[in-house]
Amino acid sequence: MSLDTLLFQATLAAYGLASALALTDLFGRWSTARAARLTLLAGFGLHCATLTTRIAAAGLLPLAGRPESLAFFSWAMVALFLLFSRRYPLAVLSAFITPLALILLLLSRLTPLRPAPTLAGWWLPLHVVLALLGNAAFAVAAGAGILYLMQERMLKSKRIAPLCYRLPALDTLDTINLRCLTLGFPLLTLSMVFGALVAESVWGSYWRWGAKESWALLSWFLFAILLHGRLAIGWRGRKAAQLAIAGFICLLFTFVGVNLLFSGWYGGFTPGAP
Amino acid sequence: MHLLVVGLSHHTAPVELREQLTFHSCDANSPLRALMALPSVAEGLILSTCNRVELYAVSHDPVEAGRQLRGLLSAQRQEGGLQLDPHLYELADAAAIRHLFRVASSLDSMVLGEPQILGQLKSAYAAANACGCAGPILHRLLPRAFATAKRVRSETAIAQHAVSVSYAAVELARRIFGDLAGRTVMIIGAGKMCELAARHLVTQQVGTTLVTNRTLERARQLAARIGGRAVAFEQFPYHLHQADIVLTSTAAGGVLLTCEQLEQVIRQRRNRAMFLIDIAVPRNIDPAANRIDNLYLYDIDDLQGVIAANRQQRRKAADKAEDIVDQEVERFSRWLRTLEVKPLIVALHRQMEELRRQELARTLAGLSHLSEDDRQAIEAMSRSLVNKVLHQPITVIKAMGHEKAGELYLETARRLFRLEPEAGPGLADTRDKEDGVP
Repeated sequence: MSLDTLLFQATLAAYGLASALALTDLFGRWSTARAARLTLLAGFGLHCATLTTRIAAAGLLPLAGRPESLAFFSWAMVALFLLFSRRYPLAVLSAFITPLALILLLLSRLTPLRPAPTLAGWWLPLHVVLALLGNAAFAVAAGAGILYLMQERMLKSKRIAPLCYRLPALDTLDTINLRCLTLGFPLLTLSMVFGALVAESVWGSYWRWGAKESWALLSWFLFAILLHGRLAIGWRGRKAAQLAIAGFICLLFTFVGVNLLFSGWYGGFTPGAP
Repeated sequence: MHLLVVGLSHHTAPVELREQLTFHSCDANSPLRALMALPSVAEGLILSTCNRVELYAVSHDPVEAGRQLRGLLSAQRQEGGLQLDPHLYELADAAAIRHLFRVASSLDSMVLGEPQILGQLKSAYAAANACGCAGPILHRLLPRAFATAKRVRSETAIAQHAVSVSYAAVELARRIFGDLAGRTVMIIGAGKMCELAARHLVTQQVGTTLVTNRTLERARQLAARIGGRAVAFEQFPYHLHQADIVLTSTAAGGVLLTCEQLEQVIRQRRNRAMFLIDIAVPRNIDPAANRIDNLYLYDIDDLQGVIAANRQQRRKAADKAEDIVDQEVERFSRWLRTLEVKPLIVALHRQMEELRRQELARTLAGLSHLSEDDRQAIEAMSRSLVNKVLHQPITVIKAMGHEKAGELYLETARRLFRLEPEAGPGLADTRDKEDGVP
């Protein structure tokens, strides 16, 4: 077994354990938040090591195939979450982030690694990296949104379960929503610009109404509406949480769903490219 | 040595009786002195709160000590009051240790998990310490009780989540806003309830506190007491949009804030969340306002519901707490038993040595023809015989000091060898009487 595989499997194991601990903390009787956090940190360290060995082997950020993009997405999401949780009391959010990171990593292994086309030029890697970082930010926003909806429902209905005291405060979750949005939206926008440039150089036109482009555009519009609503109209709370979740589902569909469900020309042309 | 507790609590006695027995802190020393003056009491402690009066004593003679402690409590009571005896409980040894640990952990309190009792027990211990009533046993027992209470608090949810209206309000505010620092609070009404809840909020380092009341003067007074700013009653709707938390409790009755008004306020706040606590009956805020997005309205019944749920959680946590108490009681009982092991072994040795000397002297007196060497050989033989005979019992006694059933073995050894611990001549007598053995 190569070092690469060994590290990858160790990462998987750590994320798996961290997911179990985080979910136990949220729904179980004992607080395992500390153990969950430490395991996640360990897993993230292993994940970084995996990426480093891959970079050392490939010479570049390994983003050519969908498997590797999925792994990078997973990494970026955990990194962002760890960054946020340094500043805000968000331990519980790991019950959403950690399992998602695990699933993405598992998916990355299940997808057959086809010989990937070389990422010619700079536009394509930039497009991919920015899109993945943006996705990570929106994933965190969606996680915070789900917790927000749970917490809001309990507070409105006045059925205060013990869970209520474990979830972060509404205001904290709403702040995360705004932070992720202001971070993710420029990334998404830029990645679409670079995507258009790539399309122009490969197919000779900036925009083709393929399934992937359409879903990407739909997500972009959703996030644009949300950002505008937040900044100009003062949307907050439930509405913002719901939109963030809807936007992220669209993004996931763009990223994973379209290629898997529709074997359209886009997927066929560049196998595995996001 | 035996630990004994005699007393009464809110579980066993009505308040009329408890208030008669309360030892006031100003004369704390004289009851302690009276307790220590009892001949059967070696160490003593008095815990007197509004919910319980308990005398703890360490004694060699638990029966006599129990009688004397009851006498002391009766003497405290005024003439012509209620019958005392039916309300008293008397617990000894492991049961007494368990009782103390449960009291310290607030498992025996009226409000499960309340923190005051631990402080009261600490000052009772300090008082006993100050007048020299605490000895080696209490010096070990009370710190163990405090440690048990600490374990219970940190390992179970017994003290988590509010069980009073004002704390519940603060806790809910934290679920909405996270940090309350810098938040603006508006108090509408200057009544008692409002003041209590307002004080809890203000201790959270909130930003500005606005106080309004129909009578401006009372608003001013309350504002001065809690460090806020008074607002004229006619003016308060204009300030409402600044308030993150609004507390209403005006007795005037009727709806002060309508749904439409609050919708307007939320718009003005650009949807920033607002927490309204309406503890007035009849209610001051239209209950339909809870439907407005980003606005959370709790009336007194809602808060009571939250408290009831929290109480339920505390009761669940109490089961786990009892397990912790069990563990700690066993641990302390074990230590107490090891205290008895050493004197027992010493007594055993002494008794055998005595017998050996007597028998040796008698034997050697009739054997005057023996040489010095022969005498020494017989002496050595007697010594080693005693050691061989005692070896196994002593090994067992030492081991049993650490076992749960140890007390039985120690008692058996006392009976088999007719041993009496040197410190307490009364102990063996009462035990015999108790069991009907002459």
